[in-house]
Amino acid sequence: MVDKRLGDAVMREGVGAMPVPEFETTAWTTPPPLAEARIAIVTTAALYPADGEAFSGGDTSYRALDAAQRKLVLGHWSHNFDRSAFSIDPNVVYPLDRLDELAAAGTIGSVAETHYSFAGNQPDDVSTVRLDSGPACAAEMKAAGVDVVLLTPV
Amino acid sequence: MCTLAHVFEAAGLATVAISAIKDVSSRMHPPRVLHCEFPLGRPLGKPNDAAFQHDVLRHAFGLLERNSGPVFEEYAETIVGAEEAISCTLPPRFDPSLPPAVDEARGIRKAYDRARARRGVTSVGRVIDADGVPGALAVLREIADGADWTTVEIPGRNTIAVAHDIRTYYEEAALELVEGPDPGPRGAEAWFFEKTEAGKLLLAARQVIKDQGAKRPIWFYMATGHRR
Repeated sequence: MVDKRLGDAVMREGVGAMPVPEFETTAWTTPPPLAEARIAIVTTAALYPADGEAFSGGDTSYRALDAAQRKLVLGHWSHNFDRSAFSIDPNVVYPLDRLDELAAAGTIGSVAETHYSFAGNQPDDVSTVRLDSGPACAAEMKAAGVDVVLLTPV
Repeated sequence: MCTLAHVFEAAGLATVAISAIKDVSSRMHPPRVLHCEFPLGRPLGKPNDAAFQHDVLRHAFGLLERNSGPVFEEYAETIVGAEEAISCTLPPRFDPSLPPAVDEARGIRKAYDRARARRGVTSVGRVIDADGVPGALAVLREIADGADWTTVEIPGRNTIAVAHDIRTYYEEAALELVEGPDPGPRGAEAWFFEKTEAGKLLLAARQVIKDQGAKRPIWFYMATGHRR
């Protein structure tokens, strides 16, 4: 038996009604012009290299993804999204080829050598990501000269 | 993801978040959001459509030109998937002494191997590899037939992980078996749960585990939430 509503509609309704973390203010960083900006992708699809460490359920840590490593495993623990799309074309989740093309065209300054992956299915309070792994990942990107982060979900 | 946008921006990185669930991103007020009402799992919208993906990125990066925020915009085009099962040729029954799902899983092994060779990677492997899929299905058959789920040998003692490995094995094989274009949104999922012996068995075992009194996460997360 299947709910007569589409799976995406059920998910959007359910997740959309859940409490969300609150931030009193929204920080704002002015980037350099796009044609000069160094860009990194951070995805919450729980991607990791085939020879790397898998994500556990509720994993609050992150994985560094070498831009040269394009053979990645989809480690997200949710069944509730179209998992086949990543197998068909990783760029629909992790658009590294598109960033390479934008850099070659001069639209963006450069593509970072390292990108990052978190697991989107986090404990409800996301405190570890907020206070520990998130800032640690940010520090790595700052040290690598990243200006702009493109965030992609699944 | 919106939490990360807040954290990164506070650390001095400019962020652009592609949003998949409007009722979350609109309430969390991250600095710059492009909400894309696309099928979940397809944040750039369309696989193998570089022009479309570039258009999404053009709109996303366009938000970086704003002088203040938070900025919340919606991509003009929405995509709603039909979520209908793809058409795949499944192998004929080969060994009638085996449970149908076990026989079926063995029959699609070559398709899985072709898919793995073509992509150079597989997402099967949380607790079993491809060799372990038929055996895992045999265990689910025992459960569906009424065996106590706490005493049978579930690989890794993890119902969710083994369910992922079985489903992923099938969905990766489906990319080699599909008749016509690549699967649409949730098309491979619908095929697995509605058309294959393995998918039907997984749902049946899940129901039995629930009926035997297991805690909700143990059975619920074995499949998509809208399937019973």
